Amino acid sequence: MPEVKTPLWEVFIRSRNGLAHKHVGSVHAADATLALQAARDVYTRRGEGLSVWVVPSSAITASDPADKDMLFEPTASKIYRHPTFYEVPEEVGNM
Amino acid sequence: MYTQALNTKDAPDTAEPEAHAARFQERIDTEERIEANDWMPEAYRRTLIRQISQHAHSEIVGMLPEGNWITRAPSLRRKAALLAKVQDEGGHGLYLYAAAETLGVSREELVDQLLAQKARYSSIFNYPTLTWADIGAIGWLVDGAAIMNQIPLCRCSYGPYARAMIRICKEESFHQRQGYEIMVTLARGTPEQKEMAQDALNRWWAPCLMMFGPPDTESQHSDTSMAWKIKRFTNDSLRQKFIDATVPQAHHIGLAIPDPALRLDEASGHWLTGPIDWEEFRRVLAGGGPCNRERLAARRRAHETGAWVREAAMAHAAKQSAQKQAA
Amino acid sequence: MPTTSITLDETPLVLHLLRRADDALILGHRLSEWTGHAPTLEEELALANMALDLIGQARLLYAYAGSLAGHDEDQLAYLRDARAWRNCLLVELPNGDFAQTILRIVLFSAFMDPCWQATTRSADPTLAAIAAKAEKEVAYHLRHSAEWLIRLGDGTEESHRRAEAALDALWPYSGELFEADAADQAMIDAGIAPDPATLRGTWDATLADVLARATLARPGDTWMQTGGRTGRHTEHLGYLLADLQYLQRAYPGATW
Repeated sequence: MPEVKTPLWEVFIRSRNGLAHKHVGSVHAADATLALQAARDVYTRRGEGLSVWVVPSSAITASDPADKDMLFEPTASKIYRHPTFYEVPEEVGNM
Repeated sequence: MYTQALNTKDAPDTAEPEAHAARFQERIDTEERIEANDWMPEAYRRTLIRQISQHAHSEIVGMLPEGNWITRAPSLRRKAALLAKVQDEGGHGLYLYAAAETLGVSREELVDQLLAQKARYSSIFNYPTLTWADIGAIGWLVDGAAIMNQIPLCRCSYGPYARAMIRICKEESFHQRQGYEIMVTLARGTPEQKEMAQDALNRWWAPCLMMFGPPDTESQHSDTSMAWKIKRFTNDSLRQKFIDATVPQAHHIGLAIPDPALRLDEASGHWLTGPIDWEEFRRVLAGGGPCNRERLAARRRAHETGAWVREAAMAHAAKQSAQKQAA
Repeated sequence: MPTTSITLDETPLVLHLLRRADDALILGHRLSEWTGHAPTLEEELALANMALDLIGQARLLYAYAGSLAGHDEDQLAYLRDARAWRNCLLVELPNGDFAQTILRIVLFSAFMDPCWQATTRSADPTLAAIAAKAEKEVAYHLRHSAEWLIRLGDGTEESHRRAEAALDALWPYSGELFEADAADQAMIDAGIAPDPATLRGTWDATLADVLARATLARPGDTWMQTGGRTGRHTEHLGYLLADLQYLQRAYPGATW
């Protein structure tokens, strides 16, 4: 009899430097509590984190790679969204 | 090395649209990373699953020879370091299984392949750890050889594998130092300890050279893997790099490399070794090493005696979610 | 041939430190035996984490005991014979199956968690500092093992049966945790260590809660095993020490 598959969870960790939770990997666990413990035991062994999230991998909706150009190309031309687009007199200093 | 999987070749896929394949190769050539959901040739997927899972199996089976000595480590400092190192290997197996899973295969299937002997693991772990010096030799030589192979894999074309390798290389940075420190201590210890260190080097040296896989002249796989940027250096070039790095380290602590033909080639600056017994390599890979049966039996036992635990966790989870739905 | 074993002047404080240290090292040793053989890869890492915490605690305690008694941590761990070991019997029993391994962590940590908490207020500042570190570690061991025990007790028929058998096997070894002899009393009176009797209520409440969620019945009052604290051990400790001490005994005086 094939073994029942233990669900996969994605692990996100907020590091000590105050940045947002970042995806670090995944674990297998039967439920959310065990997944959280596994994430702690696997991914924070070197003082990597102060907070852990686990999300069932099946709950993630991802963009289709085929849509990559449509979704992300148009933004390349919007250079006026970046500060370097604008000229400020040098004597004013940093702005 | 951990990539001996590449020794088998896949039949090329003919059914795939050439345009897709050309576009795929173009992405690889421009150093774009391939991600899980991207289109990829079936052979690329199969090659990766085979290589990553073999790498994962090697980490897991690799816990056994070193695990032998955790309870017998000669000081509490050595014990903690060894336990942490072997634990890391379990973690690395876990990261690698997860990377393989992004290609559409489950951990359960991968483990079944290992236990059914349909998947391989590195030949090196079929050798026994007979003395404490073997723990030093494994850290120094086996991890030293592994790191030579793994650093280029951080730039592998497949994103999830490359990312797992970056994490693994970072964590492994202490492993080789841990092993060499043991060897240094033994080499500077009592005559018995020094003899123990030399004996370990004598037994591990040749199998470590075999870890890099057959010579380039015999290697069937390198071309496609190189073109796909799964592999970036040939077996022989990595092996030479390992030899050049390791020989002076042995000499530094007064240990002799067990190879009467070893000599420094002044012109190239390379250390040249005598012939490698590839017959032994093939025999060990085919199941005829000193510990093949024990290693596999230990993994099977862990898997089988753990089944009721995994089932219990799933059963409890099912009951909890049924209760939640009823409420 | 002279013995390689050390002799120790066991003042009440040294004895107290050895009892704590030996508990931690022996349980850490048992958990480390799982390496490469755990039921899941995730649990492989969890068991090793707990073993590393416990070995770390033992090292701090040995270092302190050694500074008082004139030995280093390795002499204390490697050069005492079974009768000089002061750990409770519970921690030296073989691992058994995963249920027994997990239950032992629950029983031990449910005691050590409040014990270390109270010890953070010890009149001995060195011990208080060790307690502050150990308490956080053991709190997680308790959480982790309790969650597993709940799943094993509640999971399948087989896991329930195994959890029950583990409870039956280990329960008689739980009483020793609460013992206090004259040396302990001296530590309690000096405000260095908590009175184990005061930890009973917390331990009972923890066990009641976890066992209920695990659908397991608390065993009735029974005769309790004893002897570890004074060096009368089970047959298992000798084998464990033969492993643990092998190299130090076989090559006396060598540096590793």
